[in-house]
This record gives sequence, structure tokens and C-alpha cells, in this order.
Amino acid sequence: MSYVPIKGGKEAIKQAARMLEILRCSDEENLPLQTKTIKSQLGALHSVVLSEGGLYDEDLVSLAIKQSRGDSLEAAYYLRAYRSTRPRLGTTKVLETSSMRLIRRISSAFKDIPGGQMLGPTTDYIQRLFNFALHDETKQEFDDVVSSWVKQPDSSAAIPDSYPKVMDFLRDEGLLPPFQIRDNEVFDITREPLVHPLPRNAQLALMARADTGGLLALAYSNMRGYGDVHPTIAELRVGYLPVIAKHPVTGEDIEIGEVLITECEVVASHQIDPDSGQVYLSTGYGACFGHNETKAICMAILDRSLDNGRRHGVTHPSEDPEFLLNHIDSIDSMGFAIHYKMPHYVTFESDLDRARETQKQQEKS
Amino acid sequence: MRHSLTQQDHFGFIDEYAKREVRRATLKAICIPGYQVPYSSREMPMGRGFGTGGLQLTLSMIGPTDTLKVIDQGSDESVNAENIKGFVQQVCSGVHVTNKATEASIVQTRHRIPEAPMSEGQILVFQVPYPDSLVVVEASESKRRVMHSEADYAKLWVKLYEDIVRYGEITISHRYPTEIHGGYVIDPSPIPRYDTARLHQSPVIHLFGAGREKKIYAVPPYTDAKPLAFEDHAFRVESFLDQDGEQASCSVCGAKGVYFDEHYTDDGVVQYKCSDTDFCLQNLTNQKNGQ
Repeated sequence: MSYVPIKGGKEAIKQAARMLEILRCSDEENLPLQTKTIKSQLGALHSVVLSEGGLYDEDLVSLAIKQSRGDSLEAAYYLRAYRSTRPRLGTTKVLETSSMRLIRRISSAFKDIPGGQMLGPTTDYIQRLFNFALHDETKQEFDDVVSSWVKQPDSSAAIPDSYPKVMDFLRDEGLLPPFQIRDNEVFDITREPLVHPLPRNAQLALMARADTGGLLALAYSNMRGYGDVHPTIAELRVGYLPVIAKHPVTGEDIEIGEVLITECEVVASHQIDPDSGQVYLSTGYGACFGHNETKAICMAILDRSLDNGRRHGVTHPSEDPEFLLNHIDSIDSMGFAIHYKMPHYVTFESDLDRARETQKQQEKS
Repeated sequence: MRHSLTQQDHFGFIDEYAKREVRRATLKAICIPGYQVPYSSREMPMGRGFGTGGLQLTLSMIGPTDTLKVIDQGSDESVNAENIKGFVQQVCSGVHVTNKATEASIVQTRHRIPEAPMSEGQILVFQVPYPDSLVVVEASESKRRVMHSEADYAKLWVKLYEDIVRYGEITISHRYPTEIHGGYVIDPSPIPRYDTARLHQSPVIHLFGAGREKKIYAVPPYTDAKPLAFEDHAFRVESFLDQDGEQASCSVCGAKGVYFDEHYTDDGVVQYKCSDTDFCLQNLTNQKNGQ
């Protein structure tokens, strides 16, 4: 019997889905995972899915992670598919990231920056040594971590609402070209066909929801020498950005909420600006939903490398917009990789026919 | 729950703006036979590569009075065909499904054209992994777009020629490059050469949807579809021969001259079965009824 049976496919996929659910619910403690816990205790995974799913809905991200048993690619897929069912209601204003409510902000360009460096929650200087006590962490110990911090004398009065951007100081000095905010010129990558050459804002949007691993691999290729971007991080900031949109009735700008984002701005070697003939430092920009520093840094480097390709011609994969931007979407790439598991009897039969015929021809000659 | 609306509430799953975009791209595709129309392509709740392009085409035009057939590898009940059919039924209430190609208003297919002759007014939706016939000779899509617009298929012709020189045969098995009405050369999706030949002057509307590559193209009814070939080296479809070198027949229904799946029996002997399972069952039923 061939293994596409004439009957039975329907029942097979039903049972396969059931097996997955059985695995999800086979828990030693018999405790269902709370979606709230996913956001709080698996924040890093939550941020990855938030960013790659490209839909800012923290609850749905948690649900996607729960339903997919922690598979970040699958989880992002739930959000993308859900998004396909929703019409676009409008666009926000261009958001000024200087207004972010920060939890972290660093610059590797200057020792001191106005407003100060703020290390915040980072794994950068964590020693990756096991804390075996976490195996049997009690509720009390768990609770003490936060409550002891809350009981500290309040120092929040010293924290301002917003911090100036490091790049602005460089711009004021004339080391960076001036820029204008061009509102209402957004290319919506979810609503418009992607035909190269794409405007830079579309390139950035594609990278913002790209697969973290994909961006990392391509940015790393550039860092190692398949490219020539030598970035200095002018500023990396993580925090909550107020989202401003026009009120549909009054037409006034109102804050409709805030999103957790990571933003990275890099400066690299100076170049002659082709428009003005002036010498400026070159720049790269990265930003994405969630707390995803690796991704934001890689995106900024790749923004820089794409610009290098544009200016000086493409000599490396990370400088080629078509190569880079068509291969970083996890939904596309993962979908195609796994589709090879589907039956290919018809095409393989056709392959066999050609292989046998070619063998015959070779024997003849 | 905050999200009281389920995704299944909206007929056809994708929002109406998305359907409209797909329909516009489809109309354009029919007007310019063989031209790949770029569209934004929504993510579907199944893997890219599992028929999301075909599915968007189907969802953009299906209505409650339509009858749908879905096949994968010629089979109505293979896992992916069942999955797509089940999904469409879930999000398009009232839509009828059938296994009979002649009864369906829309047939969504992966890798096959049904054996039963279809007629005017029917729509055949193909799932497409690679929408561009030139991808075998040129990796960059931007360059391929220029080549198509200049009808520059020289590299493809050279590839076919070199195949003959090196192997004595054109080695392209499926996805055989096919010239549409003297214009664009298309990738007809991974249908076998046997099916490629059947696109020519067919009364059916053939729509091709590549979800991942975000393209829609069409071969309208009664359009020339010419697989690329040389005057002295004809286009050849797959041949199925039994152990005696005779034309093979289906081990289930006895049909000859159709496209087969082949498999090894427990004794290691090659056997053939119709790839189109409904066609095969229909033959069996007819035989039982003594027709």
C-alpha cells in the first residue's frame, strides 16, 4: 500500500493534532502554564515572538507561546496568521524615540553621556554559571527578590521622564547630516507588494520583524570580513515608547498606548555625502518590538551595510538588498524548509523518469 | 476573554481588503497571460510552502454557492488536501466540497491537473513554490524581471541545449518552462510534463498562486501553452513502461496512458497506480456497474 492512502488523511491529521495537545498537557505537576507567567518569567522568549510576529499584542504572544509549546517560529506564525484577518485601521504618527520611558540605555561611543549611562536589566555582565538553587526555588524566596527591592528607599525622583539622544549631539556638532521627518510616507510591508528596489523604511520594517537568527548570521558575516561595517554603538536604548495617533473624530494627536521597544543607533566610518559633498560619519539604525538587543544591533549593522552596497556597489551578501531581505523572514523560510516533509510523489516520479531516460542515453553513447 | 471574536467569524478568513487585492492581482494576471503580478500575500494559518498562495486565491473568490475540490499529488484525501479542505470549510460556511473534478467550480491543486476533462467556467488553482521559470538560470529577481520584460529567455534555451549535449536529454522533469501565447515563459508549478502539455488551449481558467514568493499569474482559457523544445528535439512527457517494456497500466483500475504513482511491492516489483485517486475510484465504480 502506498503511503498516501486513498482514505484516512483526515483522521490522521486529527490524531496528530491530538498527540501534540497530549504532549502539551503531559505535566508532572499537572499544572497548566499560565499565559501571564509566560510574559513575566519567559520575557526573553516573549520578546522574540513579539518582534518576529510583528503584532504588538502581549496577551496573544503569550497564548501563541503556550499553544506552540515554546516554539518561537511557530508562535510568531500564530500572530502573523491572526493579523491576516484584521483590516488596517490607520497609521500612527512618526514616533520620537527621545520620548521613550527607558529601562536601559548605554553608549559605547562616550564614557559620559548627557543623562548618564543606565545599565538596567542586562545579561551582558552576567557570569553564565548555574544557580542550582533555582531548581527548588520556594515561593518565599521568589517573592523576596522583588519585595526586598521595592522596600529600598525611593530614588525614582532622580529619574527624568525622557533622555536626550546621543546622536543628536553628534548631529548638532555637524558630524552627522541633518534629517527631516517625512510623515505619511510609510511603505506597509504587510499591504504592498515587495518589489525591489524597496525604500529604506520598507527595508527597516522587514528587518524589524525578521528572524533574529537570520539577521545575526548575515550581520556576523559582515562583521567578520564579508563586508566593512565597523560600528560604534552611539546609543542602545530599551524602554516604553508612547504611541501617538490621530483621534478619528477630533483629529487631535492622542496617546493610544505604549510599546516596549529596543532601539540601536550605530555610527561607522566617515564618508562623503553624495548629496551635499560634505564629510559625515555614516550611520545605521535598528529598532524592533520587545527587548531584543542582539536583533537591534544586527539590524543597525545591516542597515549600514545595505547603504554601503547602495553607495559603492554590492560586493558581499549583507550588502545586497534582494539577497538579505528575501531570506530573513522566519515565516517564509521556515515554512518552505518544512514543506519538504509533504508528499512529493508526483515530482519524484517525474525525476525518476528523467534519470532513467538519461541513463539510457548514456548507455547508448 | 478579551478576544471574544474568533478568527473563524469572518467569511473567507482574510479581511476584505486583502481579498480585493488578490482579486485585482488575479484580474491583471488573466489580462496579461503568464505575467507574474506581485502582491503583498498575507500569512495563512498553515506553513508557507503548504499552499498559502493557492489558498489566498481560493479564499478571495469562493462564495457560499461554490463547490470546491482540493487535491495534493492527485489525491483528495492526502493529509495536506484534507487540511486545506477542512480549513476552507471551517472559514467559509456553506461551501460544498466534492471529490469530482467535473462537479467543482474551483479545484485547488498541488502538483497535478485532474485526469477527468474539465470544462469552461471551471477554475483550477495551482499552488506554486517557484513562480519564475528563469530562477534556474538567474538567482536575482530584479534581473529576472528585466529578462522577462525583454523576452530574453536565451539563458534558458542554452540550458536546454547544454542538457541535450551533456546528457542526450533535457533533464527538467517537472516545472517545465512553458511559453504562454507567444509571450512570457512560465513555471507551470511542479506539475509533471504530462500535465504541462494539457494546459494548451484548455477551456479552464488556470490561476497560479505563490504565497511565499508573493506572485499571482494565470493561463486563461483557450490560450497557447507551449513547453520549450527544439525542432529536432521534441518535448517529451513521462513514459511508464512495465517489465516487458509495454505501456504500463494501473494495478487497481487497469487504466493506461495516465499519470502514475509507482511503488515497490513486498517482492520488490514495481507497480503503478493512478496518481489521480478519484479518477481511479471512478473507473472501479464504472467497472462494477458494468459500464
